[in-house]
Amino acid sequence: MAIKVRIPTPLRKLTNGSDEVSAEGRNISEIIENLESNFPGLKERICEADGKLRRFVNIYLNDEDIRFKKNLETELNENDELSIIPAIAGGAF
Amino acid sequence: MDFTEEQIERYSRHIILPEVGGKGQAKLLKGRVFVLGAGGLGSPSLLYLAAAGVGTIGIADGDCVDLSNLQRQVIHNTERIGKPKVLSAKETINALNPDVNVVAHHGRLTVDNIREIIRDYDVVLDGSDNFPTRFLMNDAAFFEQKTLVSGSMFRFDGQVAVFKPAKGLPCYRCLYPEPPPKGLVPSCQEAGVLGALAGVIGVLQAVETVKEILGIGDSLAGHLLIFDALKMAFRKVKVRKDPECALCGENATIKELVQYEEQACELRAPSACER
Repeated sequence: MAIKVRIPTPLRKLTNGSDEVSAEGRNISEIIENLESNFPGLKERICEADGKLRRFVNIYLNDEDIRFKKNLETELNENDELSIIPAIAGGAF
Repeated sequence: MDFTEEQIERYSRHIILPEVGGKGQAKLLKGRVFVLGAGGLGSPSLLYLAAAGVGTIGIADGDCVDLSNLQRQVIHNTERIGKPKVLSAKETINALNPDVNVVAHHGRLTVDNIREIIRDYDVVLDGSDNFPTRFLMNDAAFFEQKTLVSGSMFRFDGQVAVFKPAKGLPCYRCLYPEPPPKGLVPSCQEAGVLGALAGVIGVLQAVETVKEILGIGDSLAGHLLIFDALKMAFRKVKVRKDPECALCGENATIKELVQYEEQACELRAPSACER
């Protein structure tokens, strides 16, 4: 199943500038693996070495943080949309 | 509260709003807001808070005005280059609205001073530019039970959130538990930010702050607002209270303020203040 994934600015270098990509998977782990195979290097930017999501990066399934669902095992349905949203710090610059 | 004739005229566009009225304007004049950072986000927030007649505005910033700031930090101007930002901001605010009492803190906020500094304010607004300060501000706001209006930006993206620990609502650490380790965020040289984006995000922070003081509308608390300037798209996602949050969760482990180490590129040269 193809799911739309929104890519944040800091990761767009890895997706050839695309702000939205399509990825295949039944759950979020599978989506991440699929993203990694299409855009090598993306997984390590959002996941720790043990595969867990980094603590300053969130993934939203529609408008819900996946940590409050089944995290990376959260299952996906047709028309679901994922957004990767990292913490950003700039204000004063 | 008795208004002077000048005040009635100055705030007339507020006073005629049924949601604000004389009562609301009096709340604003008695309101106390602390703004961390007189930079990209602080500049537009401060201008609108001052124009709205927020009676006491605290500002903390350790930097001085630099030419490269003026592309977005609209509270300063070319003549103020080299001047402490808090004093430049105070000058602009004083000229804009004599009703506002500005309390300027020229210096950095640390674990030793932040709680005491924010204690006297009703709402704190975070316009800081680095993760250590952002987490310090969140933790201090939690310990002091202050509503925190947080804004941040990066290139063309902005985020706004409101955290209300006193209402048992989530904190910044519920959203992002820890700052990124060194080397995992793009370096300062790569960053850059669209000047007008600072205006959008800073003014949204001012809107939420004013609503907070007036007690009107639906607070953004419990949500994260994301703005993508290139797509001209706003999105709102939910921020849940994390029962395992190290700061506000049931088994919290953070009992006092934590000083995180700054990224190498966040260590700024003091040169701008020494010119």
